[in-house]
Amino acid sequence: MQQLLNTSLVGLTLGFVYAAFALALVLVWRSTRVVNFAQAPMAMVTTFVALVVIEGGASWWLGLAAALASGLVLGAVLERAVVRPVQGGSQINAVILTLGLFIVLHALAAVVFGNRYRSFPAPFGIRGLEVGDRTVALTPTGVFTIVAVLVVMALLVALFRFTDLGLRMRAAAFNREVARLLGVRVGRMLTLGWALASLVGSLAGVLIASGSLVHPGFMDSVVVFGFVAAVLGGLDSPVGSVVGGLVLGLSLSFVSGYVGSQLVPLAALLILVLVLLVRPGGLFSTTTARQV
Amino acid sequence: MRAPTPALPDAPLARHLLLAAVGLVAVVLVLQGVSEFRRFQLAEMAYLGIAAGGLTVLTGLNGQVSLGHGALMAIGAYTAALLLPDRDASVPLPLVLLAATVVALAVGAVVGVAAARLHGPYLAGATLALAVAVPGIALYFKDTLGGEQGLPVVLPEPPAWALDTAYFLTGQELTTSGYVALIGWLVLTVTYVLLANLSRSRVGRRWRAVRDDEVAAQLAGIDLGRARVSAFVVSAAAAGAAGAVLALSVRLAAPSSFTLTLSLTLLAAVVLGGLGSLTGALLGAALLTFLPQVATGLGTDAGLSDIQAAELAPLVYGLVMVAVVLLAPAGLAGSLRLLAVRRRTRGALSTTSKGTAR
Amino acid sequence: MTPRTGTPVPHRGPATLAGLLATALLLAGCGAGGREDDGEDGGGASDTGVTADTITIGAHFPLTGVAAPGYSEIPTGAQAYFDYVNANGGVHGRQIEYLVKDDGYNPTNTSKVTNELVLQDEIFAMVGGLGTPTHSAVVDFLNGEGVPDLFVSSGSLMWGDDVAARPMTFGWQPDYEIEGKIIGQYVAENQPGARVGLFLQDDDFGEDAEQGVRRYLDDQIVEVQRYTSGSTDVGPQIAALQSAGVDLVLSFNTPSYTALSQLVALKLGYDPAWFYSNVGSDPGLVGALLSQISEGAVQGGTNALDGVLTTEYIPGVDAPDDPWVQLWQKVWDEHGEKGELTNYRVYGMSHAYAFVQALQEAGEDLTREGLVEALESDSQDLVGPQLAPFRFSADSHMGISGMRVVELQGGVGEPLTPILVSDIGDAEITEDTSGQAEDAPPESGIPD
Repeated sequence: MQQLLNTSLVGLTLGFVYAAFALALVLVWRSTRVVNFAQAPMAMVTTFVALVVIEGGASWWLGLAAALASGLVLGAVLERAVVRPVQGGSQINAVILTLGLFIVLHALAAVVFGNRYRSFPAPFGIRGLEVGDRTVALTPTGVFTIVAVLVVMALLVALFRFTDLGLRMRAAAFNREVARLLGVRVGRMLTLGWALASLVGSLAGVLIASGSLVHPGFMDSVVVFGFVAAVLGGLDSPVGSVVGGLVLGLSLSFVSGYVGSQLVPLAALLILVLVLLVRPGGLFSTTTARQV
Repeated sequence: MRAPTPALPDAPLARHLLLAAVGLVAVVLVLQGVSEFRRFQLAEMAYLGIAAGGLTVLTGLNGQVSLGHGALMAIGAYTAALLLPDRDASVPLPLVLLAATVVALAVGAVVGVAAARLHGPYLAGATLALAVAVPGIALYFKDTLGGEQGLPVVLPEPPAWALDTAYFLTGQELTTSGYVALIGWLVLTVTYVLLANLSRSRVGRRWRAVRDDEVAAQLAGIDLGRARVSAFVVSAAAAGAAGAVLALSVRLAAPSSFTLTLSLTLLAAVVLGGLGSLTGALLGAALLTFLPQVATGLGTDAGLSDIQAAELAPLVYGLVMVAVVLLAPAGLAGSLRLLAVRRRTRGALSTTSKGTAR
Repeated sequence: MTPRTGTPVPHRGPATLAGLLATALLLAGCGAGGREDDGEDGGGASDTGVTADTITIGAHFPLTGVAAPGYSEIPTGAQAYFDYVNANGGVHGRQIEYLVKDDGYNPTNTSKVTNELVLQDEIFAMVGGLGTPTHSAVVDFLNGEGVPDLFVSSGSLMWGDDVAARPMTFGWQPDYEIEGKIIGQYVAENQPGARVGLFLQDDDFGEDAEQGVRRYLDDQIVEVQRYTSGSTDVGPQIAALQSAGVDLVLSFNTPSYTALSQLVALKLGYDPAWFYSNVGSDPGLVGALLSQISEGAVQGGTNALDGVLTTEYIPGVDAPDDPWVQLWQKVWDEHGEKGELTNYRVYGMSHAYAFVQALQEAGEDLTREGLVEALESDSQDLVGPQLAPFRFSADSHMGISGMRVVELQGGVGEPLTPILVSDIGDAEITEDTSGQAEDAPPESGIPD
């Protein structure tokens, strides 16, 4: 019973972490129709920026602010300098480009920040909360993660559903020519999309790192699981990616605890394939009819 | 880079076979002339080249991105390892290679059926999960698959006739590295001839049609799903063969050999060489084989620490990958060819390299 | 897709295959041509990689990738010690050239860089190559080529239990099985009532250790959990140990997983007694990792692991007064890179010391066979930082024979047992009588 509860809670927290990362992927996809495989290393780099700030004596919150700010800048710069030329071109070129960035950022981070484990402080406590006379596997920091992810999700939903800006961003992503004719400044929208996504990714990075260890590869498993979560949710829907993250986090935690941690990636693959076979556009697919 | 000369026969099959024969003779000569270490590197280039050849057909001709070819190589390597457990293994090498290819092909078919319904980022995601999932299977079934330590692969003795022939032809004893490299290049040649013919056949035209325009292809009566699955299966089979050669070369099949990095590296190879071109795939494989050593060496000479120098090779891959996509989307092979064409036309035409973007 | 030009555009692909094939091969061939032969034999030099004034040796370590954090520091320690020896005149007048290649903890790469080291750089010996899956990819090759393969950085039994199959390979650190045995016996004798759980890395490390532990403790073990190296979430595993009512966890894991398991235990409100194997208990490192995470929740700094049991077979940075550690500190200050002396670096220096010692024993006319012979016959003379002697003989190439159980207090290990020595299989555990634990390095810091 206790194991069941704790395994679930561990999975829940993990699920929100995947969700946070999936949100960033969804944001890029929605605003530029590119899947950013470099999202994780970008977040890793900004998390290291936060760590440098914190180790310099600043508070966790200042570190977070530094990560978010550097994320915003990094996203905008990469979009303008590297991604823009392949925008609207073939899907494959964009995928390959972001994979190239993945490799570059990884190698650079190892050179600049050093390839060793470092600890990242937590904003709140890291002891499990006490319910009655027993401790459950949910920490104040974990609660903060959950709240933060839900807030970001709500903001993104609001951005795309209720604001003019969100509409323009989507228009720019869907059909550049038409959007341009309608007076949308397409370039600016694309840059903004990447910048915002990178900001959300940075938040995810800091949330994952908080109360744990970081090294240049610390986001590697999140690359896969966060991506699977986003695809599960349909890549297009912020709510979907949170649901996808939770489904994945919970199932993987159970596989890890009751079957074997070696099979966790295999379980992720199976869940993904099953879902995609039933619904090729993901659980929350909004595009009703895909061609194939 | 070179126009087909009239001396070459017209029929593609005959021409490919002739080229293959010439290529093989060149390989044998080169192998005998180089050091043991270069032979080992040439074996590495062969298995990377085989896998990259398969991937370039999938990505370049059919427009599907696979981040999971490392996992398919793992399947080939483990098949080989299971068939070659000790000295007395009675399974002949050609059968081992064939088995590795067939098993990978079967797995490729399963994945391909799932993949055919997906495209673009969804497919990339599914194959990404495949890449990390397969090594876990080897860890879970430790009793049969050896767990983290992997399975040793025992290379069978070269048959006597092969030793004799090699000695007769070159006047040298065939070394182990030489033998493995020879096998690798033989497999590579066979694979490339098959792939080249396939891509120029009706099947290949269908793959390209699907890549270029799904709707038009469908209107022309092409079954999109079947075209996609067949491309994936062919490419998986090549990866399986590559895995078997890798196992023979390294003499071990272990999960940590088949990381996501391997899959990304393969993709880098086909991008560097030029998507869809077998020549490019081979060129990409050559770069992957020889570049790290050069980059690391330059780094250490420039006074970097060992640890920093070790990061140089991936850094260079990544940068070149980005640069190729941005500046020369036709890849190295394509750009060289383009350069040759331009020189011939004396730059009279203002062609941009973007013209060949694919 | 192809530019419109007046001339026929060549076919893409197969037609140009042969041309490029030739180019690629030429490329490879050219590379081969430029090889320089530095084997200028002069004076007493007598084998590959040895000249009158140099000895070239190599090693493979993960300098990139997920295994690099931590492990990549080991060769920096070894390098510093070799630099120290070189600065003091080298060994028999020869400078040691130490080539470190990155394998990213990937056996395919290990095989590649080892081929490079042996065939191209022509090393005299491999010294300290790290990892079980990685090194097992090259152990047969090294033995086949007759290259001494010394002091493999891994506690697998494979590096010494079968001398006939691997005559050139020598272990260094105590193997995981004897560590498991010593820990098992200690727990069986001192905590017979404990409900024991095992937390194991899912590879030979966990496997060999479990085998050793079960020799003494089989019926006390109530739960076994394994984690896959690389997965950062061990919550489900620790939760399973908790719910099985385990009150003593024997952990065979790497230092980062010590930190992670402590964090998860905190999260679960789980407070068993912990016994970490030597590999995972680096109080300085783990303490530093834990201290920063949250003020208050974890005790800061080196106190983080207070009360935890572990084992010890070489003195580490937690004992700054130990004469060996003072030597390492001096070496690091004089020849180290930037950064502090860590236990990983001490590990690297310790095996570098043993190698220099082996070279001294092998004498002026250095040959590969001579080196192996020296190790097999003079292993009792190889006194060094290790607390217990090596087991090298003509029948066994197993490394250090034992260790002691210590309890961590304030980041320092307080001995709970004398030095216990044993061997693989059902060899008994006895007290060490060699007195190695009390020795100090020679004045010069270089073995003679």
